[in-house]
Order: sequence, then structure tokens, then C-alpha cells
Amino acid sequence: MNRREHSIIEGWVGRGNRVLDLGCGDGELLGNLVANREVRGYGIDIADDNVIACVKRGVNVIQSDLESGLAGFGDHSFDTVILSQTLQQIHRVETIINEMLRVGREVIVTFPNFAYWRHRVQLGVRGTMPVSKTLPYEWYNTPNVRMFTVREFDRFCAARGITIVDREVSSGERKVTFAPNLLGQLAFYRIRNNRSG
Amino acid sequence: MTSSPGSVGIVQAQKMRFDEPLPLQCGRSIAGYELVYETYGTLNAERSNAILICHALNASHHVAGQASDVPENIGWWDNMIGPGKPVDTNRFFVIGVNNLGSCFGSTGPTSIDPATGAAYGASFPLVTVEDWVDAQARLADGLGIERFAAIMGGSLGGMQALCWTFRYPERVRHALVIAAAPNLSAQNIAFNEVARQAILTDPEFFEGNFIAHGVKPIRGLRVARMIGHITYISDEQMAEKFGRQTRPDTKFSFAPEFQIESYLQYQADKFSQYFDANTYLRITKALDYFDPALSTGGDLARALSAATAKFLVISFTTDWRFSPARSREIVQALLDNGSDVSYAEITAPHGHDAFLLDDPRYHAVVNAYLDRVAAERAR
Repeated sequence: MNRREHSIIEGWVGRGNRVLDLGCGDGELLGNLVANREVRGYGIDIADDNVIACVKRGVNVIQSDLESGLAGFGDHSFDTVILSQTLQQIHRVETIINEMLRVGREVIVTFPNFAYWRHRVQLGVRGTMPVSKTLPYEWYNTPNVRMFTVREFDRFCAARGITIVDREVSSGERKVTFAPNLLGQLAFYRIRNNRSG
Repeated sequence: MTSSPGSVGIVQAQKMRFDEPLPLQCGRSIAGYELVYETYGTLNAERSNAILICHALNASHHVAGQASDVPENIGWWDNMIGPGKPVDTNRFFVIGVNNLGSCFGSTGPTSIDPATGAAYGASFPLVTVEDWVDAQARLADGLGIERFAAIMGGSLGGMQALCWTFRYPERVRHALVIAAAPNLSAQNIAFNEVARQAILTDPEFFEGNFIAHGVKPIRGLRVARMIGHITYISDEQMAEKFGRQTRPDTKFSFAPEFQIESYLQYQADKFSQYFDANTYLRITKALDYFDPALSTGGDLARALSAATAKFLVISFTTDWRFSPARSREIVQALLDNGSDVSYAEITAPHGHDAFLLDDPRYHAVVNAYLDRVAAERAR
């Protein structure tokens, strides 16, 4: 994650908030949020190496499988629930989004945009599955099981009455405002449930 | 005999005497008592680098290194504690303490009751996890330790570490709660009860006064230990270690035939020689009674709400005595309270015993956590 990605998320997290970071990896993002936004943060990750890395960093981490859900967490027990570049690796997308919206007052989701123009060229012209900085895997070793785009996530939210509080699309260190589904590599969504106001 | 690299070497057990009576949860109090302990490493000038190790059912204060009297007697957590080990005695002052009611030197049922001049035996009170923690706190007072850098234990030892955090919140910076549970399940209590019945119904138990009769309820202790051992190991580990291996010469008899039978009998023989039946009964009861959420209507989060420590909770996937789900209850309560907590669920085949074994991921987590503890400035 580059500095721009960190700063987008940091800008969306209130000072002193309770934050849950799903698929927190080595805890870098959460560590920054604790240092810069004074959040009370917890990460969840399943990989032993990531758990050890988080503990080394002094970041709270809970070793658990996201696919088994967030059953233990109370409704709105967190201000912000973050799922950073992990949604594409999750089978039960709807379940995890619903669970995040239940547990958090606000949810931040980031994902690689499969409709980025270079990806389109690879698939449309060369006839190969896209491989890029944001999709760094070959078809046979990718952990990604959901391939979707900025447009599709917009539709997904609209169909479920999920409010998009903020959306930002970036390409490298650059913010993309024109034709985001074509020119954007990474998408950042700040969403909440309509029902919860 | 030279000590292996990373060993604290030869250690001498120490003893502290307490003359102020200790009030116990059962309503009685113990007039005067002694606690046996060992220490490793050096207490720093600020007295801020102390780690207390709490022991489980059948262990003692001899946590690391070689006992001075019997050098081949290696501490029960020697793979965890020593110079350069996860609990690094180069930077921490580590204390192993033998609990009240035990049979390894601290005052217990085998000790002489000054009131009668004979062994306490059956008259020794039933002690609880809270009582142990209170006694440990007095030991800390005696050693001049106001606040521990960390308190750590596995199984029943983990329960003591947990208990410290809400009973003496200001005295614990970090708690490492390993392979523990917030209370015993009905199944856990059932196993304990079978073990107790084995002892209580042994004809040589004499209602706990067997010392006066010059005997020991060896048969009861043997069965109790066998039951315990079955719950410490996972099904898969038992299958891998023993399977259905047999000794052909004992066929069609009740002599140990399957390897697992020989193993259990060997463990039972060993244990029944050195362990006291009254102690065993009391420790299993202490396990059964431990239930911090009892006073809060089952609300564990509220029971732990006084805790200010940071936590590392660890469980092992194949532990069916205190399964990962039980550790997750502790984690969830701490999360609900907004306490700092990390939780590692170690994939290990060994069952409950895994907490005593040398698993690289397990030790890496403890090591990483204690690195942070060492780096923190004492507040």
C-alpha cells in the first residue's frame, strides 16, 4: 500500500475511533492509524506470519478466518470496519459486506479495479488474464476469486440500499476523477447502511 | 554436568515465610505459610522487568534450568524460558512460584500443621485460583515488585494470569493467557470428578488422612493421572504416537498390551510416586470453581472490566480440553471492553499439551510479544 492509499483511508477515520481492520496483513495500515489517528484498533488475519508481524509491530491482532464471519461482534461495536484489498479474495462477498455494515457504523472497502484499461487491453487484445501491479498474480496462482469493477460495486451498493458516503479512485499516487472505471487501478469506498442513518 | 545453551543453568529454590494470615475464598484462613519459588535473570533498578510464571495442575516453581539438588530435573517450561529464549532471562527477571496447597514445597496438605504437629492432610483448606493469586501478590510484595511487566501461564496457569488482571489490575502490565478457558465446561468438570472419585474411593485414602495411616492412595492417584493424560493429548496425536501398536507376548490377558496402555501406566506410576492426593483433589476443585463471570451473571466482559493490562491470548487447534472456542470467549470479552488484546490460534497436532512443547510459531508469537514488552518504557 502506498502513501496515497494510507492517506485516503486515514482521512476517512475519525480521531480516537474504534477500528476493525479485516485481513490486516502485517498491520502496517492499522499501525499508522494508531500512530496518526489515535484509534483503538484491532486487526483480523488468518496467516501465522501476519499475526506474528502484527504482534511485532505492537498492533492488536486476532487470528481468525474472515469467511467464518464476525458473529462474535456486537452491532455497531466499531466506528469503522476496514476491508483493504481483500474483498476480491472472499467467497461470500454479500455476507461479509452485510456483517461489516452490521458491526461498523461505517465501512471502508478497497479493491483493485478489474476494468482498468491496461487490464482491458490484456484480456481484450492479447487474450490473457490481466497481470499488473494491483493484480500481481497469474491465473493459476491468484488468490482472487471475485473479479469486479468500480461500476459493478456502485451497482452492488445501489441495489442493496447501501449509501456511498465517499468514493475515491486512484492510479498509482494519482487521484482519478475522469472515467474512473477505465483509468482507475484501485477503488476506495466509504459506505454505510441506509437503515442505520 | 554442563548446562545446555540457552539454559538458566543450575537453580536454587528459595522460600518465603508469611506470618500474616491469608483469608481464603472458602471462608477459612491460613495462619502462616511458606511459598517456594525460583528466580532467573536480574531485577532491574526500576523493578519493572519482572515476569511471573503461574503453574498448572501438576507443575511447580521449578520452571527453568536444572534443579540444584537433582540436576537432571529440568524445569517444566525450560524450552520457553532462558537466555535468548522467548521469555528471555537476559532482559527479564522471571519468577516461578509454587502455589499454596501444592506438594512441591509451598505449604500444603503434606506440610506440618503447627497447631497439631502433624501433617495437615484432610484438614488443609480448599484453595482457589483467587487465593493463589492473593498469595502470589504477597510474594511480589516480599520481592519488592509493585507491578509485573507480564504474568504468564498455560492452562490453569493461564487462569491465574487472567485472574491477576481483574484482581490486581494496577499490578499487571501484560497478561499472557495460554491454552486456558474462562471457566470449566461441564465435560471438564466431569473428567475432574472421575479423577477425584478414583482418589476418594481408594481404600488407602482414609478420608484424606492417609499420611497418619502411613499409606498413600496410589491406586486412586494412578487412575486420576491416566484420566488427566487422556485429556491432554489430541486423538490424532495419540493415534500417531501409539496407534494400535501391541506387545505380542501379553495377548489374551489384562497386562498392558497396547502401547497406549503401557504409556498411561508408566505416567501413572511416575505421578503417583511424587504427587499428593489431597493436593490433586484441591487443584481440580480450584479448576472447577474458577469462574470470574459468576459474580456478573455470566457476563465475562463485565467480570474483566477492571483489567487494564494488555493481553496475548493463545490457543491450539487440537486442544479439546480447553478448545480455541474457550480462548475466543476471553478474547471477545476483552474486545467488548476495548482492552488491548492479540490472539493467536496455533495450528498444532498435540492437543492441550502443545502449550508445553517447542512449536516454532507459538514461540515466535510469544517472542514477538515480549520483545514489545521489553521495549516499552515502564510507566
